[in-house]
Amino acid sequence: MTVARAVNLTHRYGEQLALDRVNLDVERGQLVGLLGPNGAGKSTLLKLFTGGRFPTDGSVELFGFDPRRPTARRHIGVTPQETGLPETLRVGEVVDYVRAHFPEPADRDDLLDRFGLLGMRRKQTGALSGGQKRRLAVALAFVGRPKLVFLDEPTTGLDVEARRSLWDAIASFHAEGGTVVLTSHYLEEVEALAQRVVVIGEGRLLADGHVDEIKKRVGLTKVSYLGEQIKTESVVDSRRDRDRVVVYTSDPDQVIRELVTAGPDFRELAIEPASLEDAFLTLTNA
Amino acid sequence: MSLALTHAKYHFLETVRVPIAVIGTMFFPAASMLFFVVPFAGSHSAAATYATGAMTVFATMSACLFQYGISVAEDRAQPWEPFTRTLPVGAAPRFIGRVINVGVMTLLALLPVLLIAALLTEATVSVPGLLLGAVALLVTAVPFSLLGLTVGYALPSRAALAVTQLLFFPMAFGGGLFFGGPDRMPSFLEHVAPFLPTRGAVELVWTATTDFSPEPTSLIALGVWTAATAGTAVWAFRRDQGRRFR
Repeated sequence: MTVARAVNLTHRYGEQLALDRVNLDVERGQLVGLLGPNGAGKSTLLKLFTGGRFPTDGSVELFGFDPRRPTARRHIGVTPQETGLPETLRVGEVVDYVRAHFPEPADRDDLLDRFGLLGMRRKQTGALSGGQKRRLAVALAFVGRPKLVFLDEPTTGLDVEARRSLWDAIASFHAEGGTVVLTSHYLEEVEALAQRVVVIGEGRLLADGHVDEIKKRVGLTKVSYLGEQIKTESVVDSRRDRDRVVVYTSDPDQVIRELVTAGPDFRELAIEPASLEDAFLTLTNA
Repeated sequence: MSLALTHAKYHFLETVRVPIAVIGTMFFPAASMLFFVVPFAGSHSAAATYATGAMTVFATMSACLFQYGISVAEDRAQPWEPFTRTLPVGAAPRFIGRVINVGVMTLLALLPVLLIAALLTEATVSVPGLLLGAVALLVTAVPFSLLGLTVGYALPSRAALAVTQLLFFPMAFGGGLFFGGPDRMPSFLEHVAPFLPTRGAVELVWTATTDFSPEPTSLIALGVWTAATAGTAVWAFRRDQGRRFR
């Protein structure tokens, strides 16, 4: 069963094209990671899925309905990207406020306990630490006992321990049959949670597949040197950056062998893992 | 409807958790009553009634303009507002919740004005007059609310505060709200006042509560202001949905 679907989905902010003909089906029980650099269109895609923005062109569906219809949103949970909780409301009040919108909400204290916030129930959200706010924001996605949650950069700004415990919470929701769509610009986070990875860059869907397959495509090594460019099978992308030649490859050993045996002269060789931004750049150019 | 009440409750909680905002709303109309109306018109029945009517319009206008203008602009700046749009609730309950909250704030602003008028002045009004006056205030609240919504949806919060203040004072002064009765307005204002919504508003309240007969120009102008601010509020709201941060 398809729980969320985008067909030729296009969105513009004025002149700027934020999403360009994106097609995406999310099946029930999947845990999908949306990966992309800042400004790639991940958050825009989530806003369209959750009824916060309207398509400029194409269509978007939640459980077969238009997400702009409030009833279509009854089985989803959403986490706000920034920690923008109403400062003067207490933690318990914020949860109760969200609970009032759902027919069979989760128990307030159970939920707070699950996210380690039970002791904070009487505190105003403005008095919480950054990590606590982040946890509350993620907890809010689970208030309505959703079938599908959209988590926009759920662990941004958390320390390692807090990040792990949130990952556990997300993984256990998924293990119980829940569907998850989460955005991240950390490959590590998507690797830890998702089986299916969708890569978005400059508003376009660049890749969609199993995490290992995607990792091969974006987990590149950057080899750079002074000299002439080479073009062989093992080179995914190569360009000139001032005097240096920059080569992206998934097999750096082979590139070095080729440079040594068949290639031209080279100096000042440097080998480093490519950043995600670099990897997206090569995907975008491909 | 219960969701509208839920939204009203949390709007209200958010408002009263910053008590100075509530006190500010209640203070100016009450202070104007105490400092201007009580000493200068308090002992004269007709004058006190006119002046109290003017102050109720002042209180309604300030509550509506500031509550809508500033709360909408502030909410728009918070990521919380887009989050509430992802909840399974339509625009109507969220909006009605806001309206109920502003209604309560307006009542809180009116309460001291009416108490001071009843206890410290000779102002008089019949029971039907009082009820008609309440209806008149409800009608006059509409254009000020729409103007507040226009400002709130069109401008960022700092600008909204400044613009609201810029709109608020000249309209209150120009409409003659600070001069008590209909005959006490300085002559240079007589050419301006009928074209301001405040004049039509106060004349409507006077008509409801005294034997005053209104100027058609003022009432027509009030109608035109209501229609025009409805247009600008819808325009600003639609514009906000499409592009917020550019």
